[in-house]
Amino acid sequence: MSWLKKTFSSTIGRKFAMALSALFLLVFLLQHFAINITSVFSAGLFNELSHFMGTNPLVQFLLQPVLIAGILLHFILGVYLEMTNKAARPIAYAQYRGSASATWMSRNMAYSGMAILLFMSLHFYDFWVPEIVYKYVEVNPEDPFRYYEELVHKFQNPVRIGLYVAAFVFLSLHLLHGFQSAFQSLGARHPKYYPLIEKLGKIYAIGIPAGFVFIALYHHFFHA
Amino acid sequence: MKLKLKIWRQKNAQDKGKMVDYDIEGVSGDMSFLEMLDVLNNQLIGKDEDPVAFDHDCREGICGSCSLFINGEAHGPDRLITTCQLHMRKFKDGDTVYIEPFRAGAFPVIKDLVVDRSALDRIQQAGGYVSVNTSGNTQDANAIPVPKSDADKAFDAATCIGCGACVASCKNASAMLFVAAKVSQFALLPQGKIEAKRRVLNMVEQMDKEGFGSCTNTGACEAECPKGISLENIARMNREYLSASFTANE
Amino acid sequence: MTNLQAHIPTGPLAEKWTSHKNKINLVNPANKRQIDVIVVGTGLAGGSAAATLAELGYNVKAFCYQDSPRRAHSIAAQGGINAAKNYQGDGDSTYRLFYDTVKGGDYRSREANVYRLAEVSANIIDQCVAQGVPFARDYGGLLDNRSFGGVLVSRTFYAKGQTGQQLLLGCYSAMNRQIARGKIKMYNRHEMMELVVVDGKARGIIARNLVTGAIERHSAHAVVIASGGYGNVFYLSTNAMGSNVSAAWKVHKKGAYFANPCFTQIHPTCIPVSGDHQSKLTLMSESLRNDGRIWVPKKMEDVKAIREGRLKPTQIAEQDRDYYLERRYPAFGNLVPRDVASRAAKERCDAGYGVNATGEAVYLDFSSAILRYGKEQAHLKGMDENDAATVKRLGTALVEAKYGNLFQMYEKIVDQNPYETPMMIYPAVHYTMGGIWVDYNLMTTIPGLYAIGEANFSDHGANRLGASALMQGLADGYFVLPYTIGDYLSKDIRTGRIDTNTPEFDEAERQVRQQVEQLLHNKGSRSVDFFHKKLGRVMWDKVGMARNADGLRQAIEEIRQIRADFYKEVRVPGTANEYNEELAKAGRVADFLELGELMARDALEREESCGGHFREEFQTEDGEAMRRPEFQYVGAWEYTGDPSQANLHREVLEYENIEVKERSYK
Repeated sequence: MSWLKKTFSSTIGRKFAMALSALFLLVFLLQHFAINITSVFSAGLFNELSHFMGTNPLVQFLLQPVLIAGILLHFILGVYLEMTNKAARPIAYAQYRGSASATWMSRNMAYSGMAILLFMSLHFYDFWVPEIVYKYVEVNPEDPFRYYEELVHKFQNPVRIGLYVAAFVFLSLHLLHGFQSAFQSLGARHPKYYPLIEKLGKIYAIGIPAGFVFIALYHHFFHA
Repeated sequence: MKLKLKIWRQKNAQDKGKMVDYDIEGVSGDMSFLEMLDVLNNQLIGKDEDPVAFDHDCREGICGSCSLFINGEAHGPDRLITTCQLHMRKFKDGDTVYIEPFRAGAFPVIKDLVVDRSALDRIQQAGGYVSVNTSGNTQDANAIPVPKSDADKAFDAATCIGCGACVASCKNASAMLFVAAKVSQFALLPQGKIEAKRRVLNMVEQMDKEGFGSCTNTGACEAECPKGISLENIARMNREYLSASFTANE
Repeated sequence: MTNLQAHIPTGPLAEKWTSHKNKINLVNPANKRQIDVIVVGTGLAGGSAAATLAELGYNVKAFCYQDSPRRAHSIAAQGGINAAKNYQGDGDSTYRLFYDTVKGGDYRSREANVYRLAEVSANIIDQCVAQGVPFARDYGGLLDNRSFGGVLVSRTFYAKGQTGQQLLLGCYSAMNRQIARGKIKMYNRHEMMELVVVDGKARGIIARNLVTGAIERHSAHAVVIASGGYGNVFYLSTNAMGSNVSAAWKVHKKGAYFANPCFTQIHPTCIPVSGDHQSKLTLMSESLRNDGRIWVPKKMEDVKAIREGRLKPTQIAEQDRDYYLERRYPAFGNLVPRDVASRAAKERCDAGYGVNATGEAVYLDFSSAILRYGKEQAHLKGMDENDAATVKRLGTALVEAKYGNLFQMYEKIVDQNPYETPMMIYPAVHYTMGGIWVDYNLMTTIPGLYAIGEANFSDHGANRLGASALMQGLADGYFVLPYTIGDYLSKDIRTGRIDTNTPEFDEAERQVRQQVEQLLHNKGSRSVDFFHKKLGRVMWDKVGMARNADGLRQAIEEIRQIRADFYKEVRVPGTANEYNEELAKAGRVADFLELGELMARDALEREESCGGHFREEFQTEDGEAMRRPEFQYVGAWEYTGDPSQANLHREVLEYENIEVKERSYK
């Protein structure tokens, strides 16, 4: 399998891995959003879905580790690539007008990515850690109706809301470039369908984070 | 017009180098950027100072010799041109102009603004050719028709002049557009298809060995490319590379 | 009088090359591995020769002054490459290409060489396509052709306005394959400084590493000069800044005869000079004359109004325009050969009809082509052929597809949109037909020294037809030299490696070092460019498009004076052991200063007008070139220590297969 190692240690192979993990994360995010949005119109449905995700062994012991691995891979590889890319130009320009030829988003994926990483630690601290503690440390009995309450409770703190909104702005910036970039890294670009990818990318990159922000604000303001 | 120039001066590869200020007067809008530097150099020679070294040759935008990172952009502020085609009418009286070499770890400075771009040659040597002998005992040129759209696309990719502006303007100093142009040209033509897999694997391997960065798909290379080579070529190379990785029999 | 042996094979013209190839000696593959060949220059001729020799098994050392072989100036050739494929079925043939080339060259080229060129031309296209050169194709997937000056068929293959680039990249890729195999050792940023002759044979060169300044010795069993033409002797030309005569001149001084140096091609369609700062001129491809029409105003008051900016060319009515080429040469119109088109432009401008501030420009107009194509396209697409806006849009798109890069180049330089207003053009030095004298085998008068491509005096006679330079460069490199050099090298299989520690190498290196030191220690007050510009002015005024005996005599004196001043007053900054472009330039200009004198001498000697050489004393009543039969020879000059004292050797040209006629394009 030396060829596989070779492929994934090439610059193109690494970007391929970045793109694959990105697409996986895009799907995950969509799914996450789809469940969360139900909280706006039906506490019952939200609880039901959350209960399923929180207790189904397939989700818990297969999808969840894969997700964590995907996130780790995406971040670690991203940081590694950023470092090697920086090293490819050891002496910096005295003047570099990056904005003349490329968008801010595309030039700052590492920074928007870092911001998202910071947000994710907060998010894990908020939801995932208590969840793990609840289920596996304290071994409380499963209560299929607790999820909605917890969600509403978390969104009462305005500081947290502020952080969430800021994080979603970064997520949006990250996705505005990342969505179509993932397809490019996979080699999926043709004048016929590229405009569609670009459009979908914009819809996704703005729509999904905006949706999350909406959910947070909704629960903040309508359950005070 | 009068300009203030800030030029990277470096005696040789070992020297540390620094930006040095020069004032220049009597620049006319009809001059090319390199002709403006000729004027500066003639002044420097008159003062018994070392003229500024820069690469240049054809001065009509095709040889790919001239480089220069001008005011933060490869080949300066205009689009779809090389530095020798950049005219001073793009600048205003009193402007400050930064002039730096194309920077990348893979492009070591030889002197002042002259850099060594032989890494690009080595990538081509790794596979940027069709392995056909030049004996002339080939089949008739019209024996294999090539769809016009493929031939046109191959041509567009083949117009790359190897100047390295893509590397210079990429925040990662990536050579993907350069390599992709050659890979694409051959991948699109029936004559080049036979070795396509081996070619892309070898060329990418050499590209990585030379220490170029990876592609973040910012598109700066396409924007700064004097020949307007499309990012589609990079996508094609990604496709070619990945499929070759999984299917090549070697 | 002469010891010139052209070694033309006997037999009928059409069979000479084949029978010659069958008879000459070959070197067996094992022996080829023991033989080194030096190739100086990596343009179409040098690049193709280096690649082919390496494929055959020779050890090739290739040298170029650029940072990569891909940057040689062949890359700038725009319009196309001729080949007698007759894909268009318009009556083309090997003979017709041969005939057109000899006639186009005004009967001053060697029949056998030109026929061979025409014969191998078709193979070049096969070869290039096999290499992946993306020539233009039609919708059926087959190769497309266009027309060039001086011919009545469409035999020019092209890749937009970048044909030279695509062909050179083909050579470069073939070279890369051999560099990767270790069969070519590539010396980039190296300049040939001297030829080393041992026992009367070319055995190596002295080269200077342009990065470190190191003087290096390189030996070989044969040396091939493929260093291009010497148009830069005029300072302003369409050549690259670095294009130079030095390699050719150095071998001339070592005993290689220099043939027809005065045959210079002034290309009719270049962007006019804009000011004193100008460092080079930019060509607008001859292919533009397929669709562009050349004119000046008929009325002097219109000329004045245009110059003063009161009138735009587009405002001048059709009947007030003088399409002087169509008027003077109805049969060929705008597609007359280059020498004819250039002189016609000069004639109009000298008469006061030039259309820019300097009075040295004529119009090249695409409006009727845009209209014609627009209508055609509208018809094809079922749109309204009488709607001006539609027609213009469609026509513009088609013209852009054909010549887009040239139009863009023009716009960047002149800051005018050539789709809207006619281009301004004027003749400029472009190519040199003269060069090192070679025999049928492309060997010079020094055994083991070959010259190919533009560097030799070649196949173009007194005027080269458009799209023939690429053809000749590749023919020499891919298909001719690799055979003929084997005949010579077959006698060298027992020689073994050539030692560089010999008195001959010592002496050659000493001469090089001496010149370098002399230039650096001169400490004058003038830059190299100062002298180059001065030389260029003299050459353009007196050895340019029109020459006369008095002017040429003055030119010789003036050039001698500039040369003397150069060695007294030139200042070359820096040292010998570093990257020093001024030093490299100084060496090149020193050689131009000698060559220029020989060119004037040759022009003075040739008391006739033919092709690019126009002597004002020898013209017909209506101003056409007057050829004289007693000058039907190649003038090959032998160096004797002073360019003016060179000995002339004449190779008389025999035409057995073509009737020598008055060249007419009317």
